[in-house]
Amino acid sequence: MTFWTYRRRDNLVGYLFVAPALLGSIAFVLVPLALVGWYSLNEWNVLGGTFEFIGAENYERLLADEKLRDSLVATAWFAGGLVVLNLSLALLLAVLLNQKLRGTTLFRTLFFSPVLVSLVAWTLVWQLMLQPEGSVNGLLGFFGVDGPNWLRGESTAMVSVIVVQVVKNVGLNMVLFLAALQGVPAPLYEAAKLDGAGAWTRFLRITIPLISPTILLTSIITIVGSLQVFAQIAVLTQGGPGTSTTVLIYYLYQQAFQFHHFGYGATISVLLFAIVAVLTLVQWRMRRKWVLHES
Amino acid sequence: MSRLLALICTALLALTACGGSSAQSGPKTLRMTVWTANEAHLKLLTEIATEYKAAHPDVTEIKFDSVPADGYTTTLTTQIAGGNAPDLAWLLEESAPDFVSSGALAPIRGKVEKADELVPSATKLWEKDGELYAYPFSTSPFGLFVNTDLVKELPTTWEQAVAASAGKNLVLPDFKYQNWAVLSTIWRGWGANAWSEDGKSCGFAGQEMKDAMAFVHKAIFTDKAIPGPGTTVDFFAGNAAMAVSQISRAGALKDAKFGWTLLPLPQGPKGDYAVIGQAGVGVLKRSKNADAAADFLGFLTNPTNSAKLAQFFPPARQSLLNADTLAKSNPLLKPEQLQSVVIDGINKGVVKPSHQGQEELNQTIRAALDPLWKPDANVGQVLDGVCAKIKPLLERP
Repeated sequence: MTFWTYRRRDNLVGYLFVAPALLGSIAFVLVPLALVGWYSLNEWNVLGGTFEFIGAENYERLLADEKLRDSLVATAWFAGGLVVLNLSLALLLAVLLNQKLRGTTLFRTLFFSPVLVSLVAWTLVWQLMLQPEGSVNGLLGFFGVDGPNWLRGESTAMVSVIVVQVVKNVGLNMVLFLAALQGVPAPLYEAAKLDGAGAWTRFLRITIPLISPTILLTSIITIVGSLQVFAQIAVLTQGGPGTSTTVLIYYLYQQAFQFHHFGYGATISVLLFAIVAVLTLVQWRMRRKWVLHES
Repeated sequence: MSRLLALICTALLALTACGGSSAQSGPKTLRMTVWTANEAHLKLLTEIATEYKAAHPDVTEIKFDSVPADGYTTTLTTQIAGGNAPDLAWLLEESAPDFVSSGALAPIRGKVEKADELVPSATKLWEKDGELYAYPFSTSPFGLFVNTDLVKELPTTWEQAVAASAGKNLVLPDFKYQNWAVLSTIWRGWGANAWSEDGKSCGFAGQEMKDAMAFVHKAIFTDKAIPGPGTTVDFFAGNAAMAVSQISRAGALKDAKFGWTLLPLPQGPKGDYAVIGQAGVGVLKRSKNADAAADFLGFLTNPTNSAKLAQFFPPARQSLLNADTLAKSNPLLKPEQLQSVVIDGINKGVVKPSHQGQEELNQTIRAALDPLWKPDANVGQVLDGVCAKIKPLLERP
């Protein structure tokens, strides 16, 4: 009996095929993830070059950190506002652009194009537009409205950051919804019409259930994405005014890279990882309740 | 499964094998991070480096690595954290206490030529226990640039300066309603301080500070002299009556289409004062070539090269601090301006506020001051709030 049986050879080929991707994720995902966990148990003074094991001390600090609480509240507002606005706007646009009318292609392109623009360039342009004498207030002034100093007021700054991010990315979800809408079989609508269902009922009873897998997908990626929004905050508000837009990932950056508390920064990223994991898990579990074909 | 494990182990081995390090012998290369990308600055630095390499064949390369000034310290510490520390680095005054006290820098006094002629107000920030940890290569006083096309009568007090620039813009180019330390160029005239000399107690709630900040608030929202939050006005393009800036900015006025002059900072209620911005060059202790780096630093900052660098970076050497020497390298400024702003400024000036854990203080104060930048702000209340927020940070051992 030879060592290289058919089965073993088959396995080896299989492993070789997945090896490049596997090595990549070990080196760039699993190892950094483990290192972050390890750093979070240490006090790392970058300048002094000291690295000292302190056990759970960083986690105790996490619990007592008032600024972290503020930052979690800001994160909840930001993520909540972003997800609701992004998904409803994306769905609305997709439904509107799913009509067989002249010019829809033009509008689809128009709404999708911000997705392709460089993030920082996009944000810098918005920063100019949102200045007290910027074009947003210029437009408002045209209608006789005296616009606020968007990026300097606590609530208007949060709204601005959310809107800038939604307009940037709504096109992506819109395209996903469009694809899903076009997969809904037309005979279903015809049958419902014959049964006397109005447009709103058809939307609620046919469209929504049939595109629910896409709603699940878009809501997961939008929520996870909203927790990782960094550049817009860094450019537009630097977490201000006050700490009103200091979301978790920006707070993490401040602690680790600005205040040189790398160990504590790592601890916050463990927290962020846990939040993302829990949210995703909850959504994945809940899919049985409302996503078609999943129960 | 065992094959999978073997794969993982190999990957881990490959990763950890890169970690080894040892002191270099033989040809050496040096890297210095700087925040300028100005061609004239880099040209002069490269010239000095070329001269040094000619005399020291073992140093084969000296590279000046331009890192954007915005976020400079963050980039530098990230490089250090990533095990990619430069051999030499420019350092901002505000990060001086952190770098000097942490032990990240190598001592350099022995390498500095004629170290005893350095002005004490310039070296103070870079010393610990009598040793020097960075060379103060730029000691740049703040002055008041005035657009003489827009302002006919030159101000000598802050009251006059604000009155003369009402509606015509008095700008603080680096402030941007974030870098609050720039405001020390005003509040020092009221005798106010961000914190006490020992750094332990907060100065924001003091009466001097409240008076000074009430003056600033009025200058912004009532007198409309200082441009409000979110508005940018460029003095150097001729759009403002006055600007509080460092004399190193005078170069930007070379081709100015308007008349201008440079004055010392106006007087506050407490009379004359000066504020200086500083920058040092340090040698990173963990550099494999720390010795060679310190040696090059000694050469870069010797009296001859300091005189050359003086055209961009005001020197801290007493022998160079006279109007004649400075005039040679600063053709845009008149000898009396050099005397009153630069030389007097360096000798009597206090450095912009700096403290251990500066960046955390910066962000905390920035956030606590934000409510002040509204027309109806209660100045006293906001400033009391600043002290409440930073007290724990100042009292940290």
